[in-house]
This record gives sequence, structure tokens and C-alpha cells, in this order.
Amino acid sequence: MNAYMPYVLCMILFSIGVYAILAKRNIIKIILGVVIAEYAVNLFLVLVAYKVGGRSAIFSETQVILPESMVDPLPHALVLTSIVIGLATTAFLIALAIRLYGKYGTFDITRMRELRG
Amino acid sequence: MISAGIVPLFVAIPLAGAFLIALFKRIKGIPDILGVFAPGGMFILSILFLLKMEIAQRIIYNIGNWGGFNEVLGRIVGIQLVIDGLTIFMLLIVNFVAFIVAVYSVNYMTRYTEKWQFYCLFLLMLAGMNGVLITGDLFNLFVFVEIASLASYALVAFGTEKRELEASFKYAVMGGIASLLILMGVIFLYSYTGTVNMADMAVILAGSQQPALMYLVFGLLLTGFGLKAAMVPFHAWLPDAHPSAPAPISAMLSGVLIKALGVYAIARVFFTVFGFPHQISIILMILGAISMGVGALVALRQWDMKRLLAYSSISQIGYIMVGLGIGTPLGIMGALFHLFNHSMFKSLLFLDSGAVEYAAGTRDMKEMGGLSRKLPVTSGSTLAGAMSLAGIPPFAGFWSKLIIIVALVEANHMKLAAWAVLMSIITIAYILKVTRFAFLGALRDRFANIKEVPLLMRISLILLSLVCIFGGLLLIPEVRETFLEPAVRVLISGIGGGV
Repeated sequence: MNAYMPYVLCMILFSIGVYAILAKRNIIKIILGVVIAEYAVNLFLVLVAYKVGGRSAIFSETQVILPESMVDPLPHALVLTSIVIGLATTAFLIALAIRLYGKYGTFDITRMRELRG
Repeated sequence: MISAGIVPLFVAIPLAGAFLIALFKRIKGIPDILGVFAPGGMFILSILFLLKMEIAQRIIYNIGNWGGFNEVLGRIVGIQLVIDGLTIFMLLIVNFVAFIVAVYSVNYMTRYTEKWQFYCLFLLMLAGMNGVLITGDLFNLFVFVEIASLASYALVAFGTEKRELEASFKYAVMGGIASLLILMGVIFLYSYTGTVNMADMAVILAGSQQPALMYLVFGLLLTGFGLKAAMVPFHAWLPDAHPSAPAPISAMLSGVLIKALGVYAIARVFFTVFGFPHQISIILMILGAISMGVGALVALRQWDMKRLLAYSSISQIGYIMVGLGIGTPLGIMGALFHLFNHSMFKSLLFLDSGAVEYAAGTRDMKEMGGLSRKLPVTSGSTLAGAMSLAGIPPFAGFWSKLIIIVALVEANHMKLAAWAVLMSIITIAYILKVTRFAFLGALRDRFANIKEVPLLMRISLILLSLVCIFGGLLLIPEVRETFLEPAVRVLISGIGGGV
């Protein structure tokens, strides 16, 4: 098992998301593509902090814990922010999808062609 | 000397304003008052900073006093807010345009229902933009970019008709991808340097040999911020999104949003953090030149007034990018001055298109004609904006384009200089189309009874056209020293630091 494998998987997941955004015609599938790509990036952010055998970044009064043995705590804080932002984007996109369905009666993006040129 | 304690107000005031508007939406007049006075107050605040700042001074504010942990790892732990010359320059532009747009919206937005939602989203967008400008932390920059973008997606869809929803969906998906690319770039940088503070990052990057990974980071960040700035080839969302929004929001989006989120972020990241490597200079100039051409040529064949202006924005962003890409002090000054001018005249022109729509009910230029007799203020201010955009002396736009072209010649990019001149001639062609078909010629019968727009809208149009006419005065040495030069100095001092 190569140590780079998780990162490669992350990139594959991201590519799946981008493929869905570019190739799919259904609005819901496009939104799912955005979500998948988003999760890939979040996963990547957490993986950056990972350390084999690392422990959580909490100091103790009773035993000596070296900072070197801890995982990096900052990306954990960052990924929470990133997840919340992703949630807001997804909620907005789904609300738009509902309104679009109300106007056109379909989720097919190729039938929505008000904007040309 | 001003205390650093008031720096967070640039984000706190609009956030509090948005919250209060949602709270007091039932009380008549409250959304209008808060929506106008919040940007107005911040404009006054940024003037205060401009006057009190000493030369090359940086004001740093540590959020939650986390800077006190400096000694733990020898690095800055918390989030920093930084104000320097470039930040002040951008803050002034953003808050001035926001103030004018808010005054204009008081009358204009009565066409839509639920005006308080508009002001709420408007202030959220402003909070995001101000946050982008004052933050000194790369991840925090991403967060503020997202706040501003989300608010702008919602504002594009504000009309909730077919057209608006479709444009907003396109914009939101493309903007979402851009944000992911930016975030990925930030993660790569963090894993390499171990910090998200931009000043720290610059020091670490300057002191080490760059791995090939940095080219991936360049690509990710340039694509992400380029999408937000609507550079060709990442421009596809702009000609749909900007015309679909209500006119004041088109003015905000074209006038300041693409600059705060796109141009400023590119300048900040590539100049201050990476030290402006040679490859980036070439890429910016090539993409800028292509944007210039594509935007101007496609604008020529548009008949929808707002769509024409949106394509013109792409073209003018190209000028700014080329100016930045030259990397000489003169080029950067031209770019920043053109950024200032473009915010003024493009906001003005979009507000004018809104005024025409408000009075005559159409924005198709084939249906207009002879409106200058009925709408003297609107047509006069459009003429001022158009002349500034076309680069007719002595309007402000002429001087900034002249500086960029002179800088190109000085740096021995003769072909690019010729291209820029050619494109500014095409600019004259497409903007004359607006004045010719919309305002001159015979008045149609159906427009016989239209009236000039209300007072507040007129005031904001007149204020912006005055800036367009007298903007060239910023080049007077004394004024330049306090306004333009500090911003240029910040970018120049970043060059050569990193790669």
C-alpha cells in the first residue's frame, strides 16, 4: 500500500465530482457533483493533518505528551468552517433547483435556454 | 495615529446592519436607513484611515489577541487583520460605490417586493468584500470570498424569473468550483509552509527552494481567483449573471465585486505571498490581452444594454490584468488607477441602464431612441461614463489607459501596446452604439410620456459622473502621494520576495 494512495483517491473523487458537473444534464446530478467535489477537498484537508500513530492535540497534567506525537489540529478547525460553507452553498443550490423546477417543470439543463449569445 | 481596535468594524458594521435589518424589517424606513448609512459610515471610516496613515505603515489587529502566542512556535497562531496602502485604496473604492448604490436603491428597489431582503443580502456581500480586503490570513480570505459570493448568487437570482434563476444557477456552480480550487490551493500551501498567515508564508517561501508543487498551486489559485475576476477563459458566467441582477447589484458586481474577489486577491496572493514570479507575469499579460480582445469584440454585437456593458467589463478587466502583469511601478499604478476608474464608470453605466429601464421599461437598444430629451440627467451621466470608458481626454479613463499603454511601451512590449490601442478604439465603437441608439435620434411615440427618474437616483448618477469627469485629478502629485502611491508601493515591495 503506497503512502500516497489516500491523496490519489481524493483526486479521483474530485474528478468524479467535476465529471458530474460537466457531463450531466440533470440539475440535481450537477448539484451532487458539486457536493462530491466539495467532500473530496474536505477529505484532502483532513488528510494533510494526519500522522501515522498521531494522537489528538490535548496536553495533559498527569503525563508527558510531546507536541511531535500529535496530529496537526489546525486543519480540523479549518475543515469545520469549510463544511459549513459547503452546506450553505448546497442549500442555496437546492433552493434554486426547486424554483427552476417550478418555472420550467423539468430538471433538464438543456431545456433551459433563456440565455444565449 | 489611529488605534487598531477599529479595524474589525469594516466587517462588523455591515454584518450588524444585515442582522438589524432582518430584525426590524416590519418598521417602515429602517431597511433604507440602515442600508444607506452602514456603507456611508464605512466610507467615512476609510477616509479617516487614509488621512491618518503614515507612509508605509501597516496596522495589524490580532483577533481575540491570539497574536500573543507568537512565542510558541515562532509563528503567528491567530487570525490577523492587516491594513496597508493597498487595502485602504480598495476599501475606499468599495465603500464609496456601495454607498452610492445604496442611495440609488432606495427608489429603484421599490420595483421589487421584499426590499429588506435586498438590503440584508447587500450588506452581507459588503461584509464579505471588506473582509477579503482587510484579512491577512489566506484561509480567512477564502471564507470571506465565500460570504461575498453566496450573497451575490442570491442577489443575481433576486428577480426569481426564469432568466435570473438560470443565470444564478450557472454562476453558483461555476463559483462553487472556483472556491474549491482556491481552497485546494490554500491546503497545498498550508501543508508546505505550515502556516496560513500571508506574511509568514511569504517569509517561508522566500527562504526556501520551491518544489514543482508550487506550479500546481499557481494554477489552482489563478484559476480560482480568475473565475471570480471573470478573466477569459473563465468568463462564461459573467455575461449572464451581471445583466440578470437588479441594476444596483449589476453595478456592485461589475464595479467592485470582481475586483475585490478577483483582481485584489490575485494581486495580494501573487505579489505579497509569492513575490510575483516571472511565469505569473507572462500568464497575466497573455490572459489580459485575450480578455481585452474577446470582451470588446463580443460587446460590439450585443443589443441588450446591460449585456453589452457586462462584456465590456471583461475587456476592461483585461486592461487591469495586463497592467499588473507588466510588474513595473508605472504599470501597476496604471492598473490600480484603471481599477479605480473602471469601478466608477462601470457602476455609473449600469446604474444608468437601470434608470433607463426604470423610466422606459426596456433595455433593448433597438427599441430605444431619442431618450436624451426626456431623460436629461440619465443621458448626460451616461455620456460622462461612456466618454470615460472610451478613453476620451480629459475624462478619467483616458489617463489610466494612457499610463498602461506608456508602461507597455517602456517595458518593450510593443505588440501588446498596439493591441491595447486597437482595443480601445473598438471600445469607442461599442460604447458609441449605446449613446447613439439609446439617447440620440428620433423619439418614439411610446416614450412620449416618460419622466426623469426620482431625486435620489439622480443624485447618485450625478455624483458618479462627477468622479468620472474629474477622476484625472488624482494624478496630481500631492493627491497621488496619499492615494495611489501607497497602494503601488505595497505591491512593488512584494516583488522578488518569493520564488
